[in-house]
Amino acid sequence: MDFFDDGTPGWYALAILLLPLAGFCFNAFTYRTEFTRKRGHIVPLLTIGTALFCALSIFKHSVIDYDADHAGGHGTHAAAAHGAPADGSADEHASGGADGEHGAARAAGSLADPRWRWSSKDHGGSYRLIDTGALRLDAGIAIDHLTATMLVVVTLVAFLVHLYSTSYMHGDKRYSRFFAFLQLFSFSMLGLILTDNLLLLFCFWELVGLCSYFLIGFWFENEDPPKASMKAFMTNRFGDAGFLVGILLVYRMFGTTDLSEIYSKMQAVAEGSAAVPSLFGWETGTLLTVAGLCLFMGPMAKSAQVPMHIWLPDAMAGPTPVSALIHAATMVAAGVYMVGRIYFFFTPDCLAFIAGIGTVTALLAATIGLVHNNIKKVLAYSTCSQLGYMMLSLGVGGYSAGLFHLYTHAFFKACLFLGAGSVIHSVHTEDMREMGGLKEKMPVTYRTMLIATLALAGVPFFSGAFSKEMIVEHALVWGFGANVAKLLPALIAIGGGGLTFFYMMRLINLTFFGQPRDHHKFDHAHESPPAMTIPLLVLAFLSLFSVGWPIPLFGGKKLPELLAPPPALASIALGHDEHHGHAGFALAFAVLVISCAVLWVGYVLYKRTYKERRPGPEVWVARFGGLYTTVTNLYYFDEFYRATVVRLGNATARVLAIVDSKVLDAAVNGVGAVGQLVGKAFALFDRLVVDGLVNLWWHLSHAISKKLRRIQTGNLQDYLAFAVGGMALVTLLFLFLA
Amino acid sequence: MISTIDSTHLLTWITLSPLLGVLAILFTPRDKADVIKTLAAAFTGIPLVLAVWMYVKFDQSLPGYQLFDDFAWVEAFNIRYTVGVDGLSSPLVLLTSILMFFAVFSSWNTEKGVKGYFMLLLLLEVGVNGVFVSLDFFLFYVYWELMLLPMYFLIGIWGGPRREYAAIKFFLYTLAGSVLMLVAMIAMYLHSGATAAERTFSLITLAQRGQDGLFANGPMLFGMEFRHWLFLFLFIGFAIKIPVFPFHTWLPDAHVEAPTAISVVLAGILLKLGGYGLMRMNMSIFPDVMWDGSGPTAWATGIAFLGMVNCVYGAFVAMAQTDMKKLVAYSSVAHMGFVLLGLAAMNQNGIAGANLQLFNHGTSSAMLFLLVGVIYDRAHHREIARFGGLASHLPMYASLAFLGIFTSLGLPGLAGFWGEALSLIGAYQHFPKIVLASTIGLIVTAAFFLMMIRKVFFGPKKEIYAGYPDLTLREWACLTPFGVLCILLGVAPFLLSDWMKPSIDALASLFGVKS
Amino acid sequence: MDHLAGYVFIGAAMFVLGVFTMVTRRNAIYVLMGAELILNAAALNFVAFARHLGNRLDGQMFAIFIVILAAAEAAVALGIVLQIHHHFPSIDVSKPDRLGD
Repeated sequence: MDFFDDGTPGWYALAILLLPLAGFCFNAFTYRTEFTRKRGHIVPLLTIGTALFCALSIFKHSVIDYDADHAGGHGTHAAAAHGAPADGSADEHASGGADGEHGAARAAGSLADPRWRWSSKDHGGSYRLIDTGALRLDAGIAIDHLTATMLVVVTLVAFLVHLYSTSYMHGDKRYSRFFAFLQLFSFSMLGLILTDNLLLLFCFWELVGLCSYFLIGFWFENEDPPKASMKAFMTNRFGDAGFLVGILLVYRMFGTTDLSEIYSKMQAVAEGSAAVPSLFGWETGTLLTVAGLCLFMGPMAKSAQVPMHIWLPDAMAGPTPVSALIHAATMVAAGVYMVGRIYFFFTPDCLAFIAGIGTVTALLAATIGLVHNNIKKVLAYSTCSQLGYMMLSLGVGGYSAGLFHLYTHAFFKACLFLGAGSVIHSVHTEDMREMGGLKEKMPVTYRTMLIATLALAGVPFFSGAFSKEMIVEHALVWGFGANVAKLLPALIAIGGGGLTFFYMMRLINLTFFGQPRDHHKFDHAHESPPAMTIPLLVLAFLSLFSVGWPIPLFGGKKLPELLAPPPALASIALGHDEHHGHAGFALAFAVLVISCAVLWVGYVLYKRTYKERRPGPEVWVARFGGLYTTVTNLYYFDEFYRATVVRLGNATARVLAIVDSKVLDAAVNGVGAVGQLVGKAFALFDRLVVDGLVNLWWHLSHAISKKLRRIQTGNLQDYLAFAVGGMALVTLLFLFLA
Repeated sequence: MISTIDSTHLLTWITLSPLLGVLAILFTPRDKADVIKTLAAAFTGIPLVLAVWMYVKFDQSLPGYQLFDDFAWVEAFNIRYTVGVDGLSSPLVLLTSILMFFAVFSSWNTEKGVKGYFMLLLLLEVGVNGVFVSLDFFLFYVYWELMLLPMYFLIGIWGGPRREYAAIKFFLYTLAGSVLMLVAMIAMYLHSGATAAERTFSLITLAQRGQDGLFANGPMLFGMEFRHWLFLFLFIGFAIKIPVFPFHTWLPDAHVEAPTAISVVLAGILLKLGGYGLMRMNMSIFPDVMWDGSGPTAWATGIAFLGMVNCVYGAFVAMAQTDMKKLVAYSSVAHMGFVLLGLAAMNQNGIAGANLQLFNHGTSSAMLFLLVGVIYDRAHHREIARFGGLASHLPMYASLAFLGIFTSLGLPGLAGFWGEALSLIGAYQHFPKIVLASTIGLIVTAAFFLMMIRKVFFGPKKEIYAGYPDLTLREWACLTPFGVLCILLGVAPFLLSDWMKPSIDALASLFGVKS
Repeated sequence: MDHLAGYVFIGAAMFVLGVFTMVTRRNAIYVLMGAELILNAAALNFVAFARHLGNRLDGQMFAIFIVILAAAEAAVALGIVLQIHHHFPSIDVSKPDRLGD
């Protein structure tokens, strides 16, 4: 426990956060030097490697040891832990694990302590970004089980991807810049995980989006990447706008964006000792739901949930390591992480919505995966679908299951992407129709990808099976006894397994089995160098000997048992704290059996279609022509958006621009023209009337003076006579007037 | 009221030292262009150094005005030369000094009428800084008009093809606003006291009396209260400068025609005068017009609404532009909407957001205009559609351009974000629906900037741009400081907000916010 | 016991005669003589009023001054007359009427 008593975790976390940033700065500022251009990977590898080490250390202390120290006895320590300061809480329901998520919080008798296992603020470690008096934004580092596990996943995958890229991106003219962006991404992603403030989470959220934007558009000379990167950023911008509105609502309700403060205020609301200021005359429940839905807009875009999934497949235009790191393992999972982070905030309605979106995504994306021919896009849709699973799980109350799936998925999907990258690197095409028969030529790639595929499909004893079954169990428990619609997530989660197996086997089949369909490309194919295969092996290992197994390292526990959910404060606040019951052993067993059956169906279908060709895929296509077209056209989402949002936006822009120049500016110019007209009228008036009067006066005086000048004879005597006469006149006048 | 006179007369020196430069250039022979440019740089450098000194000397813990300088000017009308700064104006003085210094450098290549150009530029600095430091309405007005004239000539003589049209439009628009302001000023003066001795132009006294309800008991005019007339006149005067829809149409023309450095000054500083004026006059002197004691009045709501319109309308119109400079100009309209929103919020977050937005927009828009200028110098056109692949040809330029653009579209971690976010957070307290509508502006802003990046910087290389040199040392030196500011104020916004905080608290306290 | 009225009457008569001479005579010499009469009328008045107002000397002084002035004036005027005669071969004062233009 010494580790947590002082600032040590803070230094570790700071190192994790800042080392990649330093690596980015190094590469960015020295990009002209020979060293960075040729060996731009060295510093990034060092930084991310150190970060990985630190992350493992934090994980060991804050998850494994912590759990052993604190929650050894089921519930017996709960009372003691409850009163413990700062770092000694939040864990009493860790004991219950997947089986008693809500139960634990209830059993404790009151609400759980919200505080982190370790927060830098307890040790005076925070960075005051801004303080307006009303809003004080202290950036602090907070560590709990969620953070610690995410840190490991991100740094590990990032490290492997860095390593992989040294070979994959070798010879690229922007080699060092690629690593710079990877580093910046790692920094942003790790910041997103470590921050303890919702607004800062949003900041990092946008930053990872920025890195994604630049990395998708990394080969910007080509046609697709710029479009794809813009699409990605814009779609996310829509989500982020919702996210921001959600933050505004949260701030309005609780007056803070600090997560633990939100938590405690929420707790006060749940206990009934505080109220939420009303808005639009809504009740607290509606307000919380609306806020939750707004906040969920962010994850919806970032985690590529229907209907905002459109950007993810296009994002495959980026280099493959980027797809593996950002668009499979980490950034897209940030949405799931975020939902987990503020899980206590979501009301039951909100969670139901999340479950619904997750379900639809899981199904739709999987069906598209069935028909696509681009190897990376199949994987992208698979990612979409799996993210749907995670959301579904979180939505139905399977907090640990969803996050656990996030971790397992990160490894096997990264493995698949890197494997796909290895194939692409070797045959220089992404179209699976030009591959085939690569099994012998690329044995390592083939085997690792196969393992990852089995894990993804959820074949028992591979990592995916553990997480998926937990998801299905939760979905079943959630939907059981309610109306049929609530059972849909469970049904689709089960059925989706078959679909997944089918499309993944199709991918493996098209790529590795059969006869080569493009001999030229086949002849040049070769196994990738160790820098690429080692990450594959590591990831495959992680998919196989999964963290899902109860291993001695975790004190004989499974990882998901260490991932305790926070109490569903929003539900409690609304008096909805119904207990969903336990997914008992019987249910777990049933799920296992059913899942295996579905997998078997999927495999049989695959075998009949692709191996035995009775009937072959063409027949299926012919039979379901309309559906097939719809699916190959990706359900016309792009067309729909192009026809509505994009068109509306452009039309509005054009119309307003015309209004601006033709109406407003014309009005201004009109005022100018009127002014000129008035001016001309005045000028006319001036010339005719005013000037006329002046001229008249001149003419008049000229005429008069012409007469008068006659008296000016020039004769001195006349003048004298006038003078004397005048004087006489004046004298007479004086005389008479006096 | 005026506690201590600053014995160094720092603000006076900051304001008037460019005048010495004007004199020095006046006596420099016309053909010694280099000497003139060096003199201009020196005499914009002096205020910059002094402004930095002011930053050091300024006591950030005090709410009121500081660094006073004060003496009687026209005693018959109680007009005084009073200058002083608080947390709202001093950052803008610093901003002005920075921008002006770099404006001189970015116009180093000017060949036409060098002497006049730099003299006018220096004169402009006198006017702008003067407005920011004036604490006497009459002085304020004098500086306000003083700044107008150099701008007119700078656009009208050194501008693009339609420069005369643009210059006249700018001049007339602003003058129309000034006239209303003049009317309001005189009315306020006459109303400020019963006898000539009591009447005053002092902004401090006017604010004090206004807050005590002096203008609430004015006569009704055409069915509207006296104070509402004053508020409206002042608002229109400042709204034209900001510019607020529908008074914004001078801005795109002026920007497009003005030479680069003048666009920088125009967007970076002159727009800020409007927002500053709203705080210094409308909000400080007539708090009761915007706040009825318990909530925002229809006036405040109207201002917030206009802010929203600015955000959304400006962004949409920018999206339809084909000229890079015009696009950036309209983006300014959109960005200034956040200032209005933040000010209408009348709370600490909102006002802080508005002020941060003022400063940060000063740096980011300046950077964008400099960037457009750089490419215009090479290509001699600004048509977005004709560019492409510049990121391959000019990597350093592209990097700085991305920095500027992403700052401008409000990416967190860069300066632009804080102003927008705080304005929205502040405004959300009173105007949730208006804020919701404004978020459309956020999305559209991203859309048009990204569209510009895609068309200008991305895409295949184009042969015609292959020979273009990357940034020269001078261009780099002009752009980098702004880039540094964008990042610095993005990761350390407290540098600004702490500076402003006491004054913001004081202003917000007029609207029922207890600090 | 003085006879002011008499002196004033004689002075006025001399003045009127002088003016009359100046206005009516065409010969420049006569005009000058008219001027001489006017001056002397003035001198007479000075002396008379000086005597009348308490036997003071200032009037006398002015009279002497006028006499000297008259002499000087006559010299200058005769010079001008000579010039006129030289320019226009006549001393008829109605001839030089260029001032009218």
